[in-house]
Amino acid sequence: MGGDAISPDVIVCPGGPLLLRGDHVVQDEDGAEHLTRRPVSAVCRCGRSSTKPWCDGTHKAIPEKLRP
Amino acid sequence: MTAAPHRRGQARLPKPRGPLSERVFAALAEEHDLPEPSILAAAVEDTAAEDRAITLWTLHELCYRGVAEVGDEREWDPAVVGLRRELERDLEDRLRSRWPGRPGYAGGPDGFAEAFFAEVEAFEGPSVSRFVHTDASADQVLELLQLRSIYHLKESDPVAWAVPRLPGAARAALMELQYDEYGGGRPERLHAQLFADGLAAVGLDPTEGAYIDQAPLPVLEQNNAVSLFGLNRRLRGAALGHLAAFEATSSGPSRRMAQGMERLGLAEEMRHYYEEHVEADAVHEQLAVRTICAGLLSAEPELEDDVWFGAHTCLDLESRLAAYLLDRWGAS
Repeated sequence: MGGDAISPDVIVCPGGPLLLRGDHVVQDEDGAEHLTRRPVSAVCRCGRSSTKPWCDGTHKAIPEKLRP
Repeated sequence: MTAAPHRRGQARLPKPRGPLSERVFAALAEEHDLPEPSILAAAVEDTAAEDRAITLWTLHELCYRGVAEVGDEREWDPAVVGLRRELERDLEDRLRSRWPGRPGYAGGPDGFAEAFFAEVEAFEGPSVSRFVHTDASADQVLELLQLRSIYHLKESDPVAWAVPRLPGAARAALMELQYDEYGGGRPERLHAQLFADGLAAVGLDPTEGAYIDQAPLPVLEQNNAVSLFGLNRRLRGAALGHLAAFEATSSGPSRRMAQGMERLGLAEEMRHYYEEHVEADAVHEQLAVRTICAGLLSAEPELEDDVWFGAHTCLDLESRLAAYLLDRWGAS
């Protein structure tokens, strides 16, 4: 994170979620749309979250090799 | 000096737990000067850890929203500050003696996040939330909520003191997380307020410090540690490490707490606090580790040990509280 660089709006967390900064509409697998409601939101990438499309930390329960 | 009139939500002076707190609380309430520094130093050395801890908690409280019976100007009374430093030194020595040192990895901001999550995952300790999930009685959960209230009613406040002390990237990153913690500008969504609403809904007192007299040593140490880290600029690394470890151990346990409360039929408002933290802290743990702590280490790599020290302190103190409660409930 250099001082001059523009900080990213989307951050892919190794083995974890995708972070989205700002307001977005996220479409889930079933086509339903969800409006982000935090300064930064975490979108599930492992597919196991119980609060999809948002991350609920469940990726930690998956063996490391099988994480996104 | 005139004591400030009692303001709603302000803590009251706790019950003394030994000769040190007895003298200090009397001096604060009766608007007397504290005893001479040498007498206080001897009293700190001679008395039990719990007496020291309740005294320090009360002196820290003067820096938050104040104590009803104590004049606001006592916060910066040189004798009060002197005693606070003495007690903080004693606490910091104890916390540092419990820290095994940072885990073996290359170091620096690049490998930090993966090493941090791995370390938190590998930490072994008893878990209160697992017990609440499947076995705890409603009375046990209410007792836990009373003890948690000391911390959650000032949730995010201790680390807020770190904000102006951080380099640019970490400062912006911490504010991004804090904005969410403080309800994004909506007081009814302030996390401390969600907890207060939950307490009231389950029939408990949402006043700050209402249950301080019930708090055992591990609870006092948990609260004193975050105030120590927040109030001392030199410990900003520990403050951020503590925050990251706290957030990284929150999502799963919050889900178990919410499900345990549902099992017991406890009020929805209290469950809502924990449900909110399942999702919020899945974001916050990533931010705390990847943008806040890693941001700090990019600019101030010399603080790396303190980040790990703060993280360990968070995990260790929670583990001590869990051991205390599970033992008390015959569940260990």
